[in-house]
Formats: sequence, structure tokens, C-alpha cells
Amino acid sequence: MIGFFLGRILMTEAALLALPMLVAALYGESVLPFAAAIAALAAAALLLGARKKPQRTAMYAKEGFVVVALAWIFMSAFGALPFVISGDIPNFIDAFFETVSGFTTTGASILTAVEPLSRSGLFWRSFTHWVGGMGVLVFVMAILPMNDGHGMHLMRAEVPGPSVGKLVSRMGDTAKILYGIYFALTVLLIVLLLAGGMSLFDSCIHAFGTAGTGGFSSRNLSVGAYNSAYFDILLGVFMLIFGVNFNLYYFILIKRFREAFRSEELKAYLCIVAAAVVIITVNIAHMYDSVATSLRHAFFQVSTIISTTGYATVDFNLWPTLSKTVLVLLMFVGGCAGSTGGGMKVARFVIFAKASYHDMRKMLHPNAVSIVRFEGKVLPEKAVRSVHFYLTMYVFVFAGSALLLSMEGVDPVTTFTSVAACINNIGPGLELVGPMGNYAAFSPAAKLLLSFDMLVGRLEIFPMLLLFSPSVWIRRGHRRHKKT
Amino acid sequence: MEIIIIGAGKVGMELTKQLAADHNVTVVDQNAQLVQNIINIYDVMGVCGNGAGYEVQMEAQVDKAELLIATTSSDEINILACLVAKKLGVKHTIARIRNPEYEKQLRFMREEMGLSMSINPEKAAAHEIARVLRFPAAMKVETFSKGRLELIEYRLPEASVLDGVKLLDLYKSIHARVLICAVDRKGETTIPSGDFVLRAGDKIYLTAAPEQLAKFFRHLGVFRDKASTVMIVGASKICYYLASELLAMGMSVKVIDQNEQRCVEMGERLPGALVIVGDGTDSELLMEEGIEETDAFVAITGIDEANILMGMRVAREYGDGCKVVAKINRRSLVELVSAESMIDSVVSAATVTTELIVQYVRAMESASGAKIKTLHRLVDGAVEALEFSVPADAPFIGITLKDLKLKSGLLLAGIVRGGRIIIPSGSDALQAKDDVIVVTTGTLQEVGDILE
Repeated sequence: MIGFFLGRILMTEAALLALPMLVAALYGESVLPFAAAIAALAAAALLLGARKKPQRTAMYAKEGFVVVALAWIFMSAFGALPFVISGDIPNFIDAFFETVSGFTTTGASILTAVEPLSRSGLFWRSFTHWVGGMGVLVFVMAILPMNDGHGMHLMRAEVPGPSVGKLVSRMGDTAKILYGIYFALTVLLIVLLLAGGMSLFDSCIHAFGTAGTGGFSSRNLSVGAYNSAYFDILLGVFMLIFGVNFNLYYFILIKRFREAFRSEELKAYLCIVAAAVVIITVNIAHMYDSVATSLRHAFFQVSTIISTTGYATVDFNLWPTLSKTVLVLLMFVGGCAGSTGGGMKVARFVIFAKASYHDMRKMLHPNAVSIVRFEGKVLPEKAVRSVHFYLTMYVFVFAGSALLLSMEGVDPVTTFTSVAACINNIGPGLELVGPMGNYAAFSPAAKLLLSFDMLVGRLEIFPMLLLFSPSVWIRRGHRRHKKT
Repeated sequence: MEIIIIGAGKVGMELTKQLAADHNVTVVDQNAQLVQNIINIYDVMGVCGNGAGYEVQMEAQVDKAELLIATTSSDEINILACLVAKKLGVKHTIARIRNPEYEKQLRFMREEMGLSMSINPEKAAAHEIARVLRFPAAMKVETFSKGRLELIEYRLPEASVLDGVKLLDLYKSIHARVLICAVDRKGETTIPSGDFVLRAGDKIYLTAAPEQLAKFFRHLGVFRDKASTVMIVGASKICYYLASELLAMGMSVKVIDQNEQRCVEMGERLPGALVIVGDGTDSELLMEEGIEETDAFVAITGIDEANILMGMRVAREYGDGCKVVAKINRRSLVELVSAESMIDSVVSAATVTTELIVQYVRAMESASGAKIKTLHRLVDGAVEALEFSVPADAPFIGITLKDLKLKSGLLLAGIVRGGRIIIPSGSDALQAKDDVIVVTTGTLQEVGDILE
């Protein structure tokens, strides 16, 4: 069953690779790397048993987690092949890091310069953002009919956020609606970028990077290369838009505006953005000639970090400590639940804050009935506990990764911010890995560790950790079904 | 079709299972755990909250639904949910209503409150038991065309005279006009043709007029007359409905229950029945009350396990002359019991309710014109038996059946023409205004679909 589903996912990836192959053909580049990767994917899919459907296609919680975790690892491994074969990134570990960074919409790169890359390579690199943003399994569910239920376990394992709600009763229809909104917004962004005078190729690259909240650019200097207020504001606004829960766009589509704008999470998200922009604008005002310029830079940087995109227009490494600290804190907050952004999600922070307030109050009034409400609904104790559990595991993974990465011997700020930037799927950190730096200096082992962190962050910790827990793999005394 | 189900209990769960494949289902329940369970298993949307509330109904997008089914444990919530839904523009509403007091005002509710259908699970279950007791040889009895045609389920016992008999030979050798329209052999269902060979252990489904059925079973040597003395264990609601129905049919009814209070109540409400305070599992008591001369034993206490055990014991010791019916609520136990064929007939209020609702939904699906008049689902839904009336402009009127190209996996099991039953053969032809009963493994929306 797991093999069948993984096979289906790899087939889907093979189909998606046809697009960069087309780009390669258009620019007169070799199509061989993509053709080879497609062949490898098809072979692997057949080996895993995508050909015939098993009789039992039910997905239980365990299968859901395992499929999601394995699917992301396999996809990244195969997605790295075109870079290796074309010679864009000859080292496989580097290519794997780059692809994981793509699919998890992190945008952390090991490349010192991206401009020498082949056009098709650049396209595929950014296209992985677009695919990874909404989720590959959601895509598979949108196009493949799932005749029996149990798909919920898959969706829950892949879609970010503390709780997953369906928009309409059918999983497949829900996935189609989400992808429809996603596609429409991306096309709109491409058109607006074209209107600003960007070339079609660059528009696509930046639209993919923004939509998936990834952050791969086709320029060494990222969006800063254009030095245009129009692009800064346009991309800044769209990054924020893609950091909002997609369910809200569906509510707007079906004209239930009240519900969409009443969202507590959206309000919190916008308040955090506004506060951060104001603090940073004031803090950096002395560095730029006008308030408008500092506002523009502050807005873009806040938007890129909170939505976990990772584009840059200026080197915020050079900003004062207060601004840098605000940005690092924003890294942990991340986008809204159900968006394409990473991080811990605004929804969780709102719940933390409320639950903490209630717990404090309980210390003063031990017998008080204390009820945590979120989005106008009472949160059951269990939901609050699961959010706390998430935070605990997050801290453990973060501390463990930082400890292991410190063996590299780089300075503490680089160590901590690179883990933060990877686990929150942002991309640039501070110091060596700052917006104008990259991850090339790390050893292969450190790159694998950071790749793991990116997957942990994108899949919200549990699928990846459960993959390594023995009880998932140890079979409970299986016996063959006897025929009577 | 968009369907809202309020209440994720046994019936809600079973309905979701039956409807989720072909419809967009939204399940509403107050218990978050139940909703969680249901959306983990089936591809449906779950909404947590009081299903009778306007806010919750809006969240479930009731205004876009065509059908709302309210099956919570509370009658009042069910009625209110239907009322709210009706105001929101839902065309069809179905409510489960248990309380007999509301039952009496059903017509008012239908006309004034726009309730499309109400179901009393206990009454429906009692009705099903009563039908089986009228024809004890069968495991289950369904009727078409107001009882003119019956469809019964019968398991061929070991060493049955029918073991190894080809259907064509069977029809030639017996004089009863019956038709075997579906066979379930170890979970595999076939719509048999003339050269199908029966085996012991097969579950067969036959259609015929009631008197022809009696003839057929006499031929087999397993005929049992309508039960005339019935022993019921468990003075529950079902017991009240069942006993009243059986008494009206002129049977003699004994009710046994341990609880004196309930026995007294039952005695007050059922003047014609003999009510006994005692333990239905006590064999001394059963002997004293004449289980040996009893035609039918019905176990309908509130405890499934007790019903199964009592039923099994009576079936083993007095099974030759005594028909055993047991009520089992839990779905998993029903499957176990019928897989082991321990008890002749098993009835579950939840299953009966689900069947009735699914019938209604299937009838709603069919385009207007040639509507489904009756629908019965056999072999756990693998086969459907439907009754249609033939419209005057149907393309197959007047063509003999052997010249018609019918779909595969489909059988015309009976024609009702002016109150007369015709078991169709190749030389018969359908006429306008006939009622035709079709048995199929596929799904039919209207009578025109029977053609290839």
C-alpha cells in the first residue's frame, strides 16, 4: 500500500519534470538531465508497484505519516538528479540540499552564484518551490481519484497548521479548490510582474518563489538586483498574501466575507507585521536617506521573513541589533496555518499566548473554570495540549540540531540562525548565511542535517520523527491469512 | 447530491458509509471525537456543534444541500434541525422520531412543518420482525407492490433437496412459479442464469406471489405455517410495536422480562398479551412457559450479547419447530452472527433505519417521470431490487423480453399487471402501466436504464 502510493507520487513528479524539460528545449539546452530523471522516476515507481492497485487502499494514521515522510525524501533525492547530470551542481549532497530546500520552500542555497546556472536548471529549482508550497500529496489527491476515504491522514500530515479542515466534503474537491486558488494567484502575480517590465522567465521564477514562499531567485542579489520600488512592494504584498490561510480565500470566493475577515489568526498576523515594520523603520531610519525608503525596505524584509520566503532587497546583516532580533523572532512565528509558509504558525502562537494567560490566571484562582477560545470556538484541552506538545518537540529538534551543527566550528550566530532559517523554511539567516551569503561553507554532514531540519519544519515535525521511531517499522506478529 | 447528516451515532455512521461513495456528505455532531472518527474513515466533511442551530447549519452549508437527515438520539433536536433546514431552503428533510406521541402528529408535521419523512426505528424493526414471523421459513422477507409480490432470503441447509440442482431443471420440476433472482455464495453475489447450479450453504433470494412461495417451500419440505404462538424476551419499545402488530394478526403473544415495572406497563398497554416476569435465559422458565410448543422466539432485550446467546440456545435445542429472531444493534456483532449462520434471522433497528433512508435517497436520485416505487437492498447492498412503473412512452413496450437487449447483471424478477403477478419468461412483454421489479448488481436510476 505504501509502495503503491509512493509510486504514484513519483510518477506525478516525473510528469512535473516535463515542464523544465520543455523549458530546456525552448532555450536550446540539453533535455538529457530531465529525460534521465524522468526515466529514473518511472523505473522507481514501477519497482515500488505503482502499476497495479492493491486490494486494500485504506490509509491509517501510521501509513499516512510514513507515506508523507518517505514521499518527501524520495522526491528530493530524485529531484536532485537533473542538477547532478547537467553539471549545474555536480555534488549529489549539494544537489540534494538544494532540492530539499526547493521542495520545502526554504530557499537556502549552497550556490555562491546562481546566474551561471542553466535556464532549465533555474526553472526546475524554482518550480520545486511552487510544487512544495501547497504540497505534493495534496496535488496527487487533486488529480487522482481516491475511491475510499482515509485520505485525511495524508492531508493532515502534509498541510501546515494545528488543525486541518476540509472546505467541501470531498477530499479531492478540497484539493482542487486549494490548487485552483493557488494557481490563479500565481498567474496574477506573473502578469503583474510582467507589467512591471520583468522578463517572462524571471517573472515565472519569482512568482514560483513567492507563491511557495520559497525564495529562490534567478539573480545573485535576489530581488535587490532590480532595485525597483514597484517589485519590492508587489512581491512584499504577495508574500504576505501567500502567508495567509487559503481557506480564507475560499470563504471570499463563496462570498462569506464576514467569516474571512473575522479570522483571529489573520488579525494577529497583520498586527505582528505592522508592529515589526514600525519598529524596524524607526530603527533603521538613520541608515537610509528618506523614511519612505526605510519603510519600503523594512516592509519587504518583514514580509519576506514572516511569510518564510527569504527574498532579500538589502543586506539586513548590516542592520542594527534590534532590527536583526525582530527579524529572527519573526522567523519562528511564520505564516498562518493552511498557507504555503513555514515556521511555527501564527495560529499556534495565538493559542500559546491564550493558554499561558489562562494558566497564569489559574495560579491565582485555582478553581476557576478557564476556557481557551480560538476563532470564536472553545478549544478542547486536547487541542491545547497537542499545540504544547508540538512546541516541546520543536524545541528539542532545534536544540539537538544546533548542538550538532556547532561541531562545524562556525560562530554561534551563524549556527543558531542557520538552524532557525532551515527549520522554519526561510532560507537566509545572519552572518555567514545572511541574505548575501550562502550555505556552501558547511560540510556534507551539516548539509544533510540541515536538509533533515528543512523537512522536519515543512512537515511539521511529526512525520519525520515518526519515521525514525521503531514502532512504525516493527511488525506486530503478522500471520498469513489462512484459507478455509 | 449534497447531503447533511446530523448525528454521528450508529445510524449516522452507517448512512455515511452507504452514501459517501456517491454523494457529498457532511456530518454534524456535538461530540468532536465521533466527528473525528468519521472523517478519518470516510471522505466526508465534519462539523462539530449542535445540528439544530442556525450557526452550525450555516457552517455545514445546509443552504446548499438537497437533503438533511437528522438522526440524533433526541427527537426534539431532530425535528428542530429539520425545521431550521427547511427554512434555509433544503427540499428534503428526514427525521428519526421515536416518541409515539410525536408519531401521532406525523401528518401535521409533514404538512405544516414540511418534514419529508420520519422514521421510528423501533417500529420499523418491529415491522420487519413481524414480516419474518409471517413466513418463518425465510430469513428475511421484503414486499413489493403492496405485498402482492414477496422477495425472500433463504439459506439452503446442508443436504437440501436443492443441492446440486440446475435452475432450469428446478423450474421444470416444481409447479410453483418462483424466480431465484440472486445467489450469495460465500460473499460472492451472482445474478444466476438458467444453468446455474445451486449448492448447500447458498443464500438465495426468490421472488414470487405469497401463495406460490408457500407452494415452493412445501415442495422443499421445509414449509412452516405462519407462526401462531410467539415468545418475546425483553419488554422494550420494539416489543410493544411488535406485540401489537402480532396480536392484530391474531397470533398469541407471550412477553418475558425481568423488570417487574416494565412488565406491568407492558401488560397495561397490551391487554391481549401474556406478560411474565422472569429471566429469559432461564431454561426452566422457558420450559414452563412452553417453549417447546412455541412457533417463534424473539430475543429483543437491550443487550446484544444476551439476545445472541438466548437465540443460539433456543435455535440449538428447539430449532426444528421454533423460528428464532434476535435483535442486534452493534454492526460488528451482526456481521459475526450472520457469517457464522448461528441464528436464522437477525434484526437491527439501526440497519432497518439506514435501509429506509437509503431507499429514500435512491428514489430521490432518479429523474422525475419513472420514479423508483420500492427499493430493497440485498446482500448488504451488493444487489438492489427495484420496483418501477412503466411509463407509456417507454421504448421497450410490447417487445418480448427475449428480443430485448438488457444490461448484464440484471434480471426482471416480476411484473405486476393489474394486480396479477407474472413471473416473466422470454415470451412475455412489458406493457404500459405495468409495475416491473428489477434485480441488479449495478445501479439504476430509472426504468429506461435496463436497456443496454
